[in-house]
Amino acid sequence: MLKINNLRKTYKDLVAVSDVSFTLERGQLVGLLGPNGAGKTTTVSMIAGLVTPDRGEVFVGDHRLSGDTDPVKRRIGLVPQDLALYDELTAHDNLRFFGALYDLTGAALEQSIASVLELVGLSDRARDRVKTFSGGMKRRLNLAAGLLHDPDILLLDEPTVGVDPQSRNAIFDNLEVLKKRGKALLYTTHYMEEAERLADRIVVIDHGNVIANETLAELHARVPAGPDGGRATLETVFLTLTGRSLRD
Amino acid sequence: MPITPLIAMVRKDLQLFFADRRAVIMSFIVPIAIGSFFGSIFSGPSTNTEAARIPVAIVDQDGSPISNDIVASARTDKNFALALVSADAARDQVRRGKMTVGVIIPKGFGDAAGKAFFAGGAKPQLDLLFDPSHATELAMVRGILTEHVMEAVSKEMFTGPGGRKAVDDALGRLQATGLPSDEQRALGTMLHSVQAYYNQQSTAGSTSTRAPGLTMPYSTHEEAVTSGANIAYNGYAHSFAGMGIQFLLFATSGLGIEILLERQKGLWKRLRSAPISRLTLLAGKTLSMTIVALMTLLVSFAFAMVVFHVHISGSLIGFLSVAVATSLMAATFGLLIAALGHTPQAARGVSTLAVLMMVMLGGAWVPTFIFPSWLQQLTLVVPARWAVDGLDAMTWRGIGLAGAVAPTLVLLGFAAFFGIVAMSRFRWEEA
Repeated sequence: MLKINNLRKTYKDLVAVSDVSFTLERGQLVGLLGPNGAGKTTTVSMIAGLVTPDRGEVFVGDHRLSGDTDPVKRRIGLVPQDLALYDELTAHDNLRFFGALYDLTGAALEQSIASVLELVGLSDRARDRVKTFSGGMKRRLNLAAGLLHDPDILLLDEPTVGVDPQSRNAIFDNLEVLKKRGKALLYTTHYMEEAERLADRIVVIDHGNVIANETLAELHARVPAGPDGGRATLETVFLTLTGRSLRD
Repeated sequence: MPITPLIAMVRKDLQLFFADRRAVIMSFIVPIAIGSFFGSIFSGPSTNTEAARIPVAIVDQDGSPISNDIVASARTDKNFALALVSADAARDQVRRGKMTVGVIIPKGFGDAAGKAFFAGGAKPQLDLLFDPSHATELAMVRGILTEHVMEAVSKEMFTGPGGRKAVDDALGRLQATGLPSDEQRALGTMLHSVQAYYNQQSTAGSTSTRAPGLTMPYSTHEEAVTSGANIAYNGYAHSFAGMGIQFLLFATSGLGIEILLERQKGLWKRLRSAPISRLTLLAGKTLSMTIVALMTLLVSFAFAMVVFHVHISGSLIGFLSVAVATSLMAATFGLLIAALGHTPQAARGVSTLAVLMMVMLGGAWVPTFIFPSWLQQLTLVVPARWAVDGLDAMTWRGIGLAGAVAPTLVLLGFAAFFGIVAMSRFRWEEA
């Protein structure tokens, strides 16, 4: 459903993304992992059309994405790492605005708003201003805003940063539902346990290149079992692949 | 251009604007309050309020008939609030700012002034003590005082005993002047004629009917040229134009900074990920800022019309066209702030400075005639100047639609320039 071919992006002398390729299928969640500065967010930004790649292509189905107004962008939903919401507006007004950006109006828009609010468990807070929400509620609303136009592909950039375990668990449940609905999910995170729980396949990026693109079992197989015979954690695998030196 | 996202952006921006109570107060109430304040100060004498008198302390160390006349004449002057004090008190009161100017008439002033009047002797000196923060009033006092001194000295010289003595003295010193003999003869003839005039005056036997001294040989009729005969200048029209423009520029630069805040919060990632053109995004922002600016201006003027009886004496269509062009210019100025600003904090400081400079040079605070000539020329490239001039033309000047054409076109030109620069410098990449 989503095919990334040889994406590259540089900022003057800095190579943010060198050469990234992978695919994402319907009903699949791919975890995009990497140390800080590895190029995860730049990759997501290029897929979402926020950043123009120097080289490479993004295909949605058979259609190559091009330009700001490409109608195929409707098939992609973005859940940014920031809480991209208007605090002074109500949850409903936020969603009404974001829906209108995708040309949704009238009953279709209202139905969509009700549907996503129900999914993230915020129906009863629809008319409250976002500034009265907790961090977890804002995260769930942030997710809802990316789903309004019913995209086939959802790009989630660290969607659980700073939330409590309850809200995180609720978001995981939402993502499971979306997977079952056939959505293709690209999920960047620093939390290995999240990737272990959710991902069907894991793409590890470092220094702007893909250094692994495998299922969880295949990744575990890369690292020998411990002295007790148990398999290595994903974090151990990740550190083995990317090294232990600090990146910041 | 898709209309649904455009309308949604405008509606959202207006919702956000009205949700921020401080922004609403800043945009609507503050310009009304400041416009009212400045209007009340600069309304001018045509509003039947008495003009402010200049506090002047006068010190008469001479005690001569001339100095007495100067004090008496100055006391009746409607421009002065006169107090007769000692020299020390005058200096102290000027230093403390209670008096603007202190005038000291030194001992022997009358006598010396009389001699200087006829024979060109050494001119006596009036000491003027002044508050340096009121230098403009000093010039006024100097000018008005000249009239009073000339009147008092000439009156005494032509009709008083001091004058008779001065003429007698001058006749006695005629030989010693060293003038050529023909000039001495001519001067002597003139002085004898004056002596004869004095004798005739004393034969008439009354000093109460003494002829006045030299006075101004003309009077003036002053007429404020407004939109029509007998229509008084309404200073509120100008002050509401100036303050309205100042605050709509503040409002739109605030909305420009809001764009930077939206970027900082990641909201532009959402906007940019939607299938919307850059033109639509900027058009939505421009439209919402234009609406806010126009509302600010129209609400301010509506208040001024109802409360201070400001009239659109020119063309209503002209007024609206200038108002819309001004609002569009202000909106694109806000967009420029967003395009050139790196952070909201930095942009806030720069935009405040830019707005204050623009409105100051535009004549919103003080009339542009007080600027040096090079600066007056420079104000022609300040959009606020065209906005103020355009609104003045349509309100108290009462100029017709033709008077709105140039300001409207120039303001639209500025709007196009700001918009093009903003579009070309806007950061579109959302890493």
